[in-house]
Amino acid sequence: LAPWIPVVGLEIHAQISSNSKLFSGSQVQFAAPPNSLVSFFDASLPGTLPVLNRRCVEAAVMTGLALNCSINKKSLFDRKHYFYADLPAGYQITQQRVPIAVNGSLSYSLCIDNKMSQMVTKTVRIKQIQLEQDSGKSLHDDTRSQTLVDLNRAGVGLMEVVMEPDMCCGEEAAAAVRELQLILQTLGSSQAVMAEGQLRVDANVSVHHPGEPYGVRTEVKNINSMRFLAKAVDYEIQRQIEELENGGTILNETRAFDSKLGCTVPMRDKEGKQDYRFMPEPNLPPLILYDAKSLPANMNHQQVINIDWIHERLPDLPSVKREKLVEQYGILPEHSFTLLNEDGLAEFFETVVKQTQMKPKKVIGWILNDLLSYLKQHSLTVKESPVSSFLLADLLNLLEKKAISSTAAKQVLVELWKGEGKTPLEIVKEQKLELLQDQKELEQICQAVIDGQENE
Amino acid sequence: QKVSVEVLHHLEHLALVDFRDSEGVERLQKAIQFADQLHEVNTDGVEPMDSVLEDRCLYLREDDVTEGNCTKELLKNAREKVEEYFVAPPGNIPLPKLEEQDTFLQGS
Repeated sequence: LAPWIPVVGLEIHAQISSNSKLFSGSQVQFAAPPNSLVSFFDASLPGTLPVLNRRCVEAAVMTGLALNCSINKKSLFDRKHYFYADLPAGYQITQQRVPIAVNGSLSYSLCIDNKMSQMVTKTVRIKQIQLEQDSGKSLHDDTRSQTLVDLNRAGVGLMEVVMEPDMCCGEEAAAAVRELQLILQTLGSSQAVMAEGQLRVDANVSVHHPGEPYGVRTEVKNINSMRFLAKAVDYEIQRQIEELENGGTILNETRAFDSKLGCTVPMRDKEGKQDYRFMPEPNLPPLILYDAKSLPANMNHQQVINIDWIHERLPDLPSVKREKLVEQYGILPEHSFTLLNEDGLAEFFETVVKQTQMKPKKVIGWILNDLLSYLKQHSLTVKESPVSSFLLADLLNLLEKKAISSTAAKQVLVELWKGEGKTPLEIVKEQKLELLQDQKELEQICQAVIDGQENE
Repeated sequence: QKVSVEVLHHLEHLALVDFRDSEGVERLQKAIQFADQLHEVNTDGVEPMDSVLEDRCLYLREDDVTEGNCTKELLKNAREKVEEYFVAPPGNIPLPKLEEQDTFLQGS
């Protein structure tokens, strides 16, 4: 049987972290009373007009720069038409012709064979980033055969990041999305919390034989966790291979991932090819961005977005942070990945290092093996850790001074997890875990043991 | 050149319009013919203009919360509501297929 090459591309929608919506002044907030965060424009009442939120543009520029994109100094808005109850206007304002950023790249890492020690770096091309409106939320009430519509989310700003089909499996897709998530959170352009719908991923999947043209692709939607992303992509790849090997064909359709059954199913309401009748948004002139060279002399600052100004103020991206950690502390690259993967762990590690004489290379072991595994076992975040960085540093200092043994240190740590407010030194004294350093005392104890033996 | 029945049917689906009778379809055909006159102009090398606003400055708003909180007012427009949600049918109700329709288009 000829081998199959799976091809995976992604369309990722990230909710922009802003106070108000993309084209209106209503608030952006998760979980508010239904239809309380909705303006007349969001409800698509006649006579209302879109007004672009500056912060959303800045977020998109930051993200484009972080993903090595070319920022289009002139980008355009379009209307994408389709009918659905949670899209009151009957169209979504998006950027179809000329989006705000194009032609970037994202590097991410994978462990080979699940061994952290063997990491390989891959790159996925970013086709474009566009600004667009989010839709409202539909709650399906099948018992009463109706849909309840909440427009709180309608009009919230989204950045759609389109990744070219450079990935080949669920693991790669999940790793790429994870790295994007970290970048967005570092920039602050999106909080990218998948559980709150701030990061949604649609996967485009197809398979073909080497040397042959790409196969028909399907789109898999409704993936709302990182875990399900890998599963959904891998399931769809397998499904397509089996279908084709059994002589069937793949339909160019949209499928939803059913997390309970672990499979993809065709989506109703999305049958047939959609004709979105794209047209320029007549109420918005082109979006013009500037850089240091093209900055106009007498324009109101508030009306000008300077790409270079934003570039200068970009924070260190995760990849740079990892390199710095490795260089500064002599830890392994895979350690730096784990540090950045847990919210607050890198800061915790650095705080401990600052307060202890123990070498960072030794400290990292305590952080990753002892601290992190305990937190994971008890489903705690770093912020919720009963053992603070100060307490851990105290403990490691005792160990470093050889006041206690390594085994004793682990015992103290077990006690510290109880969070009873005792210091490491107090626990050591309580449990008599001190290492004896006094030569004379040691001789006396040994002598006593030998004498004890002789008496038997 | 006449507009085919399939195209008319497709347009009715996309825009939820109803051409209703031969006069409606005739009006559409005349409108297309009128617009086709634009093809007589040579536009080689000319950037299309899609808005008379193209030289205007796109106004940028500050990211402040200035609207919302008018649930009651908005729901006044709703024919049906359930606890501050708008009520809609369970999904898009598909228009009947061309063969199933008992309309003018079928007869043409």
